Amino acid sequence: MSENKNDILLDVRGLKQYFPINTGFLKTRPLKAVDDVSFTIRRGETLGLVGESGCGKTTVGRTILHLYQPTAGEIRYDGQLIESKQSIREFRKKATMVFQDPYSSLNPRMTVSDIVAEPLDVHELCRTKQEREERVLELLGYVGLNSEHASRYAHEFSGGQRQRIGIARALAVNPEFIVCDEPVSALDVSIQAQVINMFDDLQDRLGLTYLFIAHDLLVVRHISDRIAVMYLGKLVELADADEIYRHPLHPYSRSLLSAVPLPDPKKARANKRIVLSGDIPSPLNAPSGCPFRTRCRYATEQCAQSMPELKDEGAGHLVACHRLKEIGD
Amino acid sequence: MINMKKPFSLQLDPDAFRPATAEEKEYISRMRPSSTFFRDGWKRLMKNKVATVSMILIIVITLSCILIPLFWPYSYDAMLGVRPGKPVDSSFNNLAPFTYGKTELKRIEEGESVFPHIFGTDAHGRDYFIRIVFGTRISLAVGFFASIIVLLIGLIIGSIAGYAGGKVDLFIMRIVDIIYSLPDMLVIILLAVVLGRVLNLEGTILEKIGSNIISMFIVFGLLYWVSMARLIRGQILSLREQEYVLSARATGAKGSWIIRKHLLPNCISVIIISTALQIPNAIFTESFLSFLGLGVNAPMPSLGSLASDALNGLNTYTYRLIIPAAVICLIVLSLNLFGDGLRDAFDPKLNA
Ligand SMILES: Nc1ncnc2c1ncn2[C@@H]1O[C@H](COP(=O)(O)OP(=O)(O)OP(=O)(O)O)[C@@H](O)[C@H]1O
Ligand code: SF4
Ligand SMILES: [Mg+2]
Repeated sequence: MSENKNDILLDVRGLKQYFPINTGFLKTRPLKAVDDVSFTIRRGETLGLVGESGCGKTTVGRTILHLYQPTAGEIRYDGQLIESKQSIREFRKKATMVFQDPYSSLNPRMTVSDIVAEPLDVHELCRTKQEREERVLELLGYVGLNSEHASRYAHEFSGGQRQRIGIARALAVNPEFIVCDEPVSALDVSIQAQVINMFDDLQDRLGLTYLFIAHDLLVVRHISDRIAVMYLGKLVELADADEIYRHPLHPYSRSLLSAVPLPDPKKARANKRIVLSGDIPSPLNAPSGCPFRTRCRYATEQCAQSMPELKDEGAGHLVACHRLKEIGD
Repeated sequence: MINMKKPFSLQLDPDAFRPATAEEKEYISRMRPSSTFFRDGWKRLMKNKVATVSMILIIVITLSCILIPLFWPYSYDAMLGVRPGKPVDSSFNNLAPFTYGKTELKRIEEGESVFPHIFGTDAHGRDYFIRIVFGTRISLAVGFFASIIVLLIGLIIGSIAGYAGGKVDLFIMRIVDIIYSLPDMLVIILLAVVLGRVLNLEGTILEKIGSNIISMFIVFGLLYWVSMARLIRGQILSLREQEYVLSARATGAKGSWIIRKHLLPNCISVIIISTALQIPNAIFTESFLSFLGLGVNAPMPSLGSLASDALNGLNTYTYRLIIPAAVICLIVLSLNLFGDGLRDAFDPKLNA
């Protein structure tokens, strides 16, 4: 893939999302769910976004789609700043989302065909009933469901099937870009692979671009071109998928990778597991400086004082850590 | 050789591992017929005997108090002993059930048939049965309309609080808390007394209904919306966070679309259930106020005022207290049981 500027579909700069949290009567404090995150996604690419539960992955996805008004930062889609009402409305026809929870993401009072056709109805994309019906069947066909499923209610389906319905809905407006928010983590392992393969197929067929969120690296490895690792609202590492697997640089990514089970028992025995001590701190009282310092083995005074910048360590491998040199391999 | 399987051998039957035929696959993948939420709920409701019987009772009572006055030969406010140009015939007052007044006895002797007074007459010579029927009608109507008022106010305020959230929500909920903490019977009595004097309805259509009933509606509207508003706010608040609402917003749906397609359909069952449970509440309050003399205006009867009137002749005419009291109990009980049945059948939390 060329590094041509025009290839960049989504450009996120300094995105911040603070939620006001009530700490008393009429008193609030900001919860920094996403704090100064920047990345780009090229056309046709899949960017994997991984991190522990609560680190702000969902918030990144939702803020990009303007489901939350960003506290600060710029979102450019296809070179256009997404800010005005008009641009957001246009943007919604090109960028959609698949949700984390297949149970709460489908309205229990709507039939599958109404759920899938909702974006069509909202944007008034189908002029006749006939056209709408055909489109719904086409969409269900994409995700391996058929007309028999169309008139049923969501509660009659399994988790995997529900997620397929959610994907069909996301495809309804013929989008270019889809935020996939942990689309498989609520599913059985045996079904996860199926659904991920389906995402892959759809990408080839429809030329889609994904932001693919997951909480473990194993899931995104196969589907992602590049992977971004997030910790406590900040990006700590971003690199090509294979690169991050072979040479994780940030201490946090290393510990994540050491937790991934290896298929080869010899390698697995040689692989020293880095067990993280302690819990992820609450984003309400995030540590000063490097967010990871409370759990990092290499933390020093410097780490507490200043936040490390995301720096290019060669070939587009971005890492945010003060002590890369000292840590070595 | 495989057919001679020994009990403890580990031999496997290869038949069990043959790929499924198309027919078998079809059999497995066939789903049960689709059913909607309301059909499911209705089925569950019909299985509940207590609720079904209550529902039938309510329907019978409602229909009879609408239909009976249409053909009943006596009217609720006609004093049978009073005729224009003739002295008052007191033989019609306080008739026992199935007895007749003087003029009626004469007509029976002449061979005419006279419609019996099933429950006798009251102290003014009015047919007691039709008064009970009319009282039931008034009580049901008050209960029904009061619940509608409560529903409308509660629905509007509750959805505003739930949907807007933030400061608006905080403000509305504090008002709700204040109204909640007032002793409601005291406020009802005070309001009913004051409004009864202040309201001037002469010359309006409302005159016939009477100021007391109007003030009763005002009281309901002012006080009882709070629990409905709280309930609906809670519902909307939790529904608003559902991912399907987010999904609708992500596709660019407007507020009205979200309320119409997602929020209301998902709290409609809770709304219906709590309205159904509100009706007996209102009927009870109406009866209570009428019993205290703050309810409907004479000569209009209501079950409460009938019971209250019956106190005068309690020793001799005990049945005049027992009948309206029994009807109140029957209505309130069956409405409550029906409401409970509705909740069991339609509460989404129980059939997830
Ligand atoms: N609407 C909100 N209001 C207040 N705080 C929020 C809101 N949404 C998320 N948060 C907080 O922001 C932080 C990040 O949440 P987010 O849902 O983005 O995490 P996540 O990485 O998606 O986690 P998971 O893997 O569990 O889905 C959490 O601490 C969460 O409590
Ligand atoms: S900056 Fe310091 S605390 Fe943060 S990861 Fe690097 S060494 Fe650890
Ligand atoms: Mg999430």
